[in-house]
Amino acid sequence: MSEVVTTTPGLYPLPDWAKDELSDLKGHQKADLIDGTEGEAIEDAYGRVRSEYVDRQQSAGLDRIVEGQGRWDDMIAHPLAVADAVDTRGIVRYYDNNNFYREPVVTGDLAATGDVAAELDAASEQVDAGLQAVLPGPYSLADLATDEHYGDDAAFLDAISEFLIEEIAEFPDVETLFLLEPSLVENPPGDGADERASEAIDAVAAAADADVVAHTYWGALDEKVYAHLMDADVDAIGFDFVADHEDNVYNISEYGTKDDIALGIVDGQNTLVEEPETIAERIEWVDDNTPSTDFETIYATINTETFYLPVNKYEAKLDALAAVNKEVISA
Amino acid sequence: MTREQFRPENHPNDHFLLTTVVGSYKKPKWLDRARELLEDEDASFDEDDWEEAADDAARLITEEHERSGLDAVVDGEMRRNEMVEYFAHLIEGYEFNGRVKVWGHNYFDKPSVVENVEYGQEWLVDEFEFTDSVAERPVKVPITGPYTLASWSFNEVYDDDEALAYDLADLVNEEIERLVDAGAKYIQIDEPALATTPDDHAIVGNCLDRIVENVPEDVRIGLHVCYGDYSRIYPEMLDYPVDEYDLELCNGNYEQLDVFTEHEFTKDLALGVVDVHVAEVEPVAEIKENIKKGFEIVPPEQLTVSPDCGLKLLPREVAYGKMENMVQAAREVEEELDAGEIDVGLAAPTSD
Repeated sequence: MSEVVTTTPGLYPLPDWAKDELSDLKGHQKADLIDGTEGEAIEDAYGRVRSEYVDRQQSAGLDRIVEGQGRWDDMIAHPLAVADAVDTRGIVRYYDNNNFYREPVVTGDLAATGDVAAELDAASEQVDAGLQAVLPGPYSLADLATDEHYGDDAAFLDAISEFLIEEIAEFPDVETLFLLEPSLVENPPGDGADERASEAIDAVAAAADADVVAHTYWGALDEKVYAHLMDADVDAIGFDFVADHEDNVYNISEYGTKDDIALGIVDGQNTLVEEPETIAERIEWVDDNTPSTDFETIYATINTETFYLPVNKYEAKLDALAAVNKEVISA
Repeated sequence: MTREQFRPENHPNDHFLLTTVVGSYKKPKWLDRARELLEDEDASFDEDDWEEAADDAARLITEEHERSGLDAVVDGEMRRNEMVEYFAHLIEGYEFNGRVKVWGHNYFDKPSVVENVEYGQEWLVDEFEFTDSVAERPVKVPITGPYTLASWSFNEVYDDDEALAYDLADLVNEEIERLVDAGAKYIQIDEPALATTPDDHAIVGNCLDRIVENVPEDVRIGLHVCYGDYSRIYPEMLDYPVDEYDLELCNGNYEQLDVFTEHEFTKDLALGVVDVHVAEVEPVAEIKENIKKGFEIVPPEQLTVSPDCGLKLLPREVAYGKMENMVQAAREVEEELDAGEIDVGLAAPTSD
């Protein structure tokens, strides 16, 4: 008997009014983007964005509510972009997308900023239950950044993990933490690095007093990377079943998975809106094709961030996901 | 060869390095205001007013191009708002849902393909005919390629982007036939998306096969690609059915030059010799050195001289300065070639 919990990985598109208002307030150049020191008018606008995101998820009826990460101009590199000892330099490509972020270059000892904790504090005022935090996983954050201080990959990954652990220490109570780890798929760690990536995720997950999901997307993990990730003590691993269902099922069949699972079964990068029945069928398909496993909790989620979508379509997807008939699946 | 038809009658040198631009150019501020008025429901500014404004801007920029001395000119794409949106509005099967983020607060009205694409309204024939009527020099027509049109859209209908790209290629072919009927002799297919997904070079090749079907041989077809790792598409791309490759190399300081010297470059090369991301006008002497780098890849008979990419992000006076110096540099290099003074690579007199 599985419990289905509907949620998203956050990083929502800004409402159209906020696209205009914030570009007027901030400007269009790379120096105009969020650095954690924004003034009152900008802070106020983002407050309204956050409130709208929370209202929208609640009216859709999602089980987990994210802050929405409207301020994350640099996508999941955001926590570094607002940190001291980090220079944000040139505009670089965000994975294989036609999107770009400012390359964060770490030039000194990293220290937590409390930036993400402050966003969660603000959101928590509107959320009685089911608040979900979102952070980049340590491997992806290190992969998106450049190190000019710690010297080698292992030391840098340790420093990034420690930085995330300190950020988590400042969080208010949250129900769930999604650690986004697309780099595990897109730029997989090799021998040795795969084990370190798993240990880093384990360390970060241990710092959270919440259910932790290590969510991967844009494909399936290499077998060996997956095997190592299974050693990390997280509550669930997230799989992108939109991008690749066969290899994901293979990994689960070969190596098992955690008691809980996150299924990316709504496409965050296509405007075609799935029907609730289609979403339910996809969940059932995974359940049917992984006969050796019996999930306690199934997080049904959009596979990727949703800032790729126009606002009307991302909202329609929230509604469709929240409308999934959970009885069918958990029966 | 399709090149000689662009040599001006009064060309001063025996050698001829065809000078041109990639296409886009900064719009005059008043044209941006005119578009805002067109989109403002409360304003009395209508479609006819917009056409008139766009004609004025196209005339202004075409003449600016001619004044700089270019051999083949463009209208600066004054009527186009963006390289995918513009076409998607004219093609049946597309729908628009709103802006999506590119980076920071820069957005793009990324269209969705919601039905099989079909030829709807005419795309570029009016634009070409107007530009051709005001230009003394030959006009080049840039057109966004099907692979980029497919990659930079949401695909709700086709099994994959490849299938969508082939249907779009048939529409591009239809448009090019219309342009050719209207007298166009120089058409450039823009495929910037190829640079980000070079593994798809065979798809682009298949698209180009469709695009050039029934296009007469004297029509010059170019392909523009920018900001990519060329080693992943060269030399395979030489098999594409095009006359000329327009490549951005200046911005990367010609570090990728070696990619093109291992295999003979069997087509024409339109070499980027000024950087569109630097807001200072390069001196003539520096541009001449850049042009000469082209001779390491092709002989003078196969070299076209062009900026790296569209000039639209540069202030107009800077863009103009770059074109003017580029043309002067080309003419000086031609003189030196005539005098047998250049002994770089394939331009060396002995290589004849």
